[in-house]
Amino acid sequence: MSSFLSGWRLVLAFVVSLIVVPVAGLVLNWVDRFVSARVQWRKGPPFYQPFADILKLLLKQTVVPRGAARTVFLLAPLVGIAGMSLVAMLLFFSNSGLVVAQKTSFIGDTIVLLYLLALVPLSFIVGASASRNPIAAVGASREMTLYLGYELPFVLALLVPIVKVARAWDVASALRIGGLVAYQQQFGPFLYSISGVIAAVIVLCTIQAKLGFVPFDIPEAEQEIMSGVFVEYSGAPLAAFRITRAMMFVLLPLLLITLLWGGIRDWWAVLKFLLIVVLVVLIKNTNPRFKIDQALVFFWFILAPLGIIAVVLAFIGL
Amino acid sequence: MKDLRLWGLKKSPWVYHVAAASCNNCDIEILELLTPRYDVERFGVVLVGSPRHADALLVTGVINRKSLPRVLEVYEQTPKPCLVIAIGTCACNCHIFRNSYNAVGPYDKYIPVHAYIPGCPPKPEAMIMGVVKALSKL
Repeated sequence: MSSFLSGWRLVLAFVVSLIVVPVAGLVLNWVDRFVSARVQWRKGPPFYQPFADILKLLLKQTVVPRGAARTVFLLAPLVGIAGMSLVAMLLFFSNSGLVVAQKTSFIGDTIVLLYLLALVPLSFIVGASASRNPIAAVGASREMTLYLGYELPFVLALLVPIVKVARAWDVASALRIGGLVAYQQQFGPFLYSISGVIAAVIVLCTIQAKLGFVPFDIPEAEQEIMSGVFVEYSGAPLAAFRITRAMMFVLLPLLLITLLWGGIRDWWAVLKFLLIVVLVVLIKNTNPRFKIDQALVFFWFILAPLGIIAVVLAFIGL
Repeated sequence: MKDLRLWGLKKSPWVYHVAAASCNNCDIEILELLTPRYDVERFGVVLVGSPRHADALLVTGVINRKSLPRVLEVYEQTPKPCLVIAIGTCACNCHIFRNSYNAVGPYDKYIPVHAYIPGCPPKPEAMIMGVVKALSKL
């Protein structure tokens, strides 16, 4: 564990996770709005629009509602950003091994990754509950339900590459993201198998839900509960939430590539990344919103059985 | 610092739609303003769901004894700096309801209004022009 936490790579990891990923996320936010604009046959905002939004929010007044739990209310957005920065670091270390990626991270970081990804919905829920607003409470309860919904198929999808690597090598390297990347380097991406395709579809739906994009933007539905969990947030904390979302928008497609599509090892990864992003934006633009019970049924009774099938297929080597 | 704040406000004015007892004509025109045809997202204008996120309040309708406290509350909930844009002749000067028992006068008696967009209802083009003028006045 000591070898990968040393020297210039550590510095680089800090730069990547704290500067490159948020900036790239804001650029991607523009890509999202631009593609949406083109889908609706209009021109769309200029490229600096997300930066102007964040700048404006940072310099605006921050209102803390009366009766809110002040400290928790203001600290919750930072929890999300911290979680996403750590995910960025994990992905950086797992993908940046110079010779063999297998030794670049620690055993069990796939499990750590699951918990770090849970920090974002947790920060939304805690922040919304601290704001003492009934609408935010509705949003928080929906966020909780949605999280319980998508986490089950997501874990099953994550089990597919782990099972495959564990069958070929051993459990220790299967529980490393670096091990998954190394396996794909040697034997080709998991995506090019039946179980891999199913897992990728599940992860794609989960990305949509984790990002709060349209079929699953139930916790912040603008038209019914007035942006739900964020309803009381203004100024800098709102900017922090938006940066969290932007970082997620970078990291979740990268996570899909890392886990299932060969890892971030060459320039093809950029193309794959853009493909996934445009796919996510197109799904967002061509779908109506689910109700929360429909979303839960979709994740638990359609995607989760699919995930179980994928795991079984992975066990018998397909 | 002040320049930066102004630049941010000018480049991304998020609007919140305060429909305070209007006849819905102005509201429908506002909705038309936000359709892809006029594409106000070019200027960074986004409709937000909560007054906490808003930089500009689009108020419509003749203000009356019932709606006045609500409008004032929404204005107080909005983080400053925030613009108030009165849309429609009713919001500007009460229009034909001037002598009504229930009308309590135009908005600028109670909150600072940065732009008046007359019309019954005003066209979306007029609203864009009004918002641009309000922003360039800052």
